[in-house]
Amino acid sequence: MRDSTLNDSSTHDPVTARILADPRYHELKRKRSRFGGWLTVAMLVVYYGFILLVAFDKPFLATRLGAGVTTIGMPIGLAVIIFTVVITGIYVQRANREYDALSDAIGKAALTGAQK
Amino acid sequence: MSASSSKRPSRKPSPRPHTPAMPKSVVTLLLIAAGSAALAAGADLGQAEKQATNWTAIGMFAVFVIGTLFITKWAAAKTKSAADFYTAGGGITGFQNGLAIAGDYMSAASFLGISAAVMVGGFDGLIYSIGFLVGWPIVTFLLAERLRNLGKYTFADVAAFRFRQTPVRVFAASGTLVVVAFYLIAQMVGAGQLIKLLFGLEYWIAVVSVGALMMVYVLFGGMTATTWVQIIKACLLLAGASFMAFMVLYNFGFSPEAMFAKAVEVKTGIAAAAGKSPEAAAAQGFSIMGPGGFIKDPISAISFGMALMFGTAGLPHILMRFFTVPNAKEARKSVLWATTWIGYFYILTFIIGFGAITFVLTNPQFLDANGGLLGGGNMAAIHLAKAVGGNVFLGFISAVAFATILAVVAGLTLSGASAVSHDLYSTVIMKGKADSVAELKVSRITTVALGIVAVGLGIAFEKQNIAFMVSLAFAIAASANFPVLLMSVLWKDCTTRGAVVGGFLGLASSVLLTLVSPAVWEATLGNPKGSALFPYASPALFSMTIGFVGIWLFSILDRSPRAAQDRAGFVAQQVRSETGIGASGASGH
Repeated sequence: MRDSTLNDSSTHDPVTARILADPRYHELKRKRSRFGGWLTVAMLVVYYGFILLVAFDKPFLATRLGAGVTTIGMPIGLAVIIFTVVITGIYVQRANREYDALSDAIGKAALTGAQK
Repeated sequence: MSASSSKRPSRKPSPRPHTPAMPKSVVTLLLIAAGSAALAAGADLGQAEKQATNWTAIGMFAVFVIGTLFITKWAAAKTKSAADFYTAGGGITGFQNGLAIAGDYMSAASFLGISAAVMVGGFDGLIYSIGFLVGWPIVTFLLAERLRNLGKYTFADVAAFRFRQTPVRVFAASGTLVVVAFYLIAQMVGAGQLIKLLFGLEYWIAVVSVGALMMVYVLFGGMTATTWVQIIKACLLLAGASFMAFMVLYNFGFSPEAMFAKAVEVKTGIAAAAGKSPEAAAAQGFSIMGPGGFIKDPISAISFGMALMFGTAGLPHILMRFFTVPNAKEARKSVLWATTWIGYFYILTFIIGFGAITFVLTNPQFLDANGGLLGGGNMAAIHLAKAVGGNVFLGFISAVAFATILAVVAGLTLSGASAVSHDLYSTVIMKGKADSVAELKVSRITTVALGIVAVGLGIAFEKQNIAFMVSLAFAIAASANFPVLLMSVLWKDCTTRGAVVGGFLGLASSVLLTLVSPAVWEATLGNPKGSALFPYASPALFSMTIGFVGIWLFSILDRSPRAAQDRAGFVAQQVRSETGIGASGASGH
């Protein structure tokens, strides 16, 4: 990503050029793509882990918990649903708190023309 | 329509509404295992038999229609510009939009189909609903806020941001219209089957009334009316499903173990009555507590999972909802609300499915002579409504199920109309010089045209096996729309040629592979079993790969001057997608 075009501000309009020159913009971009990337990987691992378990180890999911008929698959399935909602919530919480503040600051600086 | 019906003499009138090309034994098997048919192919509603006219349900549906028409009147006063029509002027809050997205997603097929699947297969139904849910975090992490920052009305605004407009818009409009067409057919046929079951009216009445009402909502109320119809329906559906799940759990003292134990006992009893030895019956009864026959080979499992997960991120009628909120923050909030409601809804349908085992399968009032459900397998949730809430609640749930289809069809039509008027007419034909009034007019003409086409398709496909259509729509969305969207937003070396060629490759391969898969080649076109060239349940694993590799290959090989311009445009696009500066704002700006 850090190639020569990135900081070549001559080809961009002044606002874009000022944003590109702002280190906070690069911080925002890096943080967000790293965080989003990790969470995406986590979601893929959980979901495809579940699917592969279904495909390759059906008896494990049908193991009874204790004396009743409830199997381990039930809490695991429920946990995947809850995980999906919670991981979305974690991203949204952080993005609303941290990224928006950062991007507002970047935008204000760029639009008023004030260098940091 | 690629799924040609020329091979089948199925248009001749059939006295019974069974799928004519199938041998009777297969049909019976499908009715018994309606859930697993739905599992394999995307929760369609199958063929249904007309029931006695249900005036309570019709009356409640009439109340819904009158209420929504008043909303449309209110919305019509606010729908003046193209921006109002496409995005409700950007004035929807994150919470409202979350409910509307959840409403688009909680179709009648998922309510009736998944609860029926759970009734038949227990745990297998859960696997299916999890697949539908897990696409949402991916949408949140990779697309939602970038879509909001880059786009204005349609996802093509985002995909074509730094590219040559004409080819990318033509591709995006094709992807949109193909997905919308398959989804619409599934909904219209579902509406016709449902009205026979729930209201006891003729098939064509449903198709025509859904077409007509939907046109009124979209034509006059645009996105504002479409969104509010969807929100109201989502609230009614969530309330009704919550009540049913509550009543089921209440009867078991809120102990899931007690509910599961009773369900296993019922299933064991049914197997024993069918002549199984006590051990075999016990094993069959317990099989609902773990994974069964849903996933046979790992390739189908992964491929199907990919279609559901990434298809969500490429459905045009879902993506357009990110433009109805004022900013990226509300866009994020709306996906979180949508994910929460959809996750909650799937937990409810799971409980409802088990409730159907314990309350419906044990009550001869709901069963036919062979022990199957009256009206077919998809009636699980409907019969349970009567069992836990009596006739009035049965009428309520029936009306909500029908309202659900109406709302989803309105959203689909709006999305198709936007693709034609904004992407094709305004950008491709008028080169961006169309004024808002002319664009709005084209949207409305398209809405009428799509409404007529939808009614026509609904009637043409009445007797067809349309089980594959929703999963096909997801596979196309995952293989064509999603790769182009993702690569154009995140990969700086993507070019116009790469996006268009790769996108069309993904589109063509997903359609062709579905055509030669068992669900269409054997079950719909009537070819002998085992003759399908493509043996897996879903093409997504292969067609998504073709789409992504196509975009990558044709982009890196692209040495045209346009390609240099496309690549140079990435940095500015990224600034806007990350910060939202320059993004199209709410109404009044």
